[in-house]
Amino acid sequence: MDPQVLMQTLGKGVPTSWYLALSAVLFTIGVAGFILRRNIITVFMCIELMLNAVNLSFIAFAHEHRQVSGHLFTFFVMVVAAAEAAVGLAIILTVFKNRSTLNIDEIDSLKN
Amino acid sequence: MDLFFFLLFAFIAVACAVSVVLQKHPISCALSLVGTMASLAVLYLLLGAEFIAMVQVIVYAGAIMVLFVFVIMLLNAGEESSKGRSWIAKIAGLPALAALLGILGYAMLTFYPMVGPKASLVHFGDFTGGGAKEIGTALFTEYLLPFEVTSILILIAILGAIVLARKEID
Repeated sequence: MDPQVLMQTLGKGVPTSWYLALSAVLFTIGVAGFILRRNIITVFMCIELMLNAVNLSFIAFAHEHRQVSGHLFTFFVMVVAAAEAAVGLAIILTVFKNRSTLNIDEIDSLKN
Repeated sequence: MDLFFFLLFAFIAVACAVSVVLQKHPISCALSLVGTMASLAVLYLLLGAEFIAMVQVIVYAGAIMVLFVFVIMLLNAGEESSKGRSWIAKIAGLPALAALLGILGYAMLTFYPMVGPKASLVHFGDFTGGGAKEIGTALFTEYLLPFEVTSILILIAILGAIVLARKEID
């Protein structure tokens, strides 16, 4: 790729694929946190991070195709995330009330 | 100018996301997540989604994160220990994540090339169909049924949260 052509292109705007790449990076970081972390609240925050990454690609596609449907989809994802956060945090409160721990390794009643 | 803002806020978003994963204390994680969400709101603005950017700040960075911080404070959650991690996670973790990133990136960049004459560009002001008027029109005509279903979902979530918060599970 000729650097001069590249600079001319970037002077006119950012390629859509860069937004998609950012979305992929954020999603992967979210998956990493979901798998590596032990605190149940932090795991829940990593799920929110993944939802945000997907929202970014929805908005990028909406811009690409000049359609408002992607925005509506993002809106519905946010509503579902809000409902999920309310119920999920209520579940975390109940778990903590009964177990006095937030470590997901110690909550293993369904194991074996 | 587009490039400058994109790179600045993409860097902030990724840095805050890494901080979410690496911080030991849940409060630090929550504050880093607010940073990621705020910089994503700026990126939404660059993509012409004004309404969604505002909703992102108000609902996500505002309401949902306040809920998280509230629960962290209520449970007095401290630092987590990193003990007891399995050796499979230590050895295979990073390569597996790199493979996931590679698959995601390959799938996206095949259809949307990184650079070159075929790459479609995002320029601020190109797309102005993301205001409250356009969203509202689409929401109450084309997407009326999902909208109504969403209200039922929220009602169920409220009832579920109340029931869960009251009951003692034995």
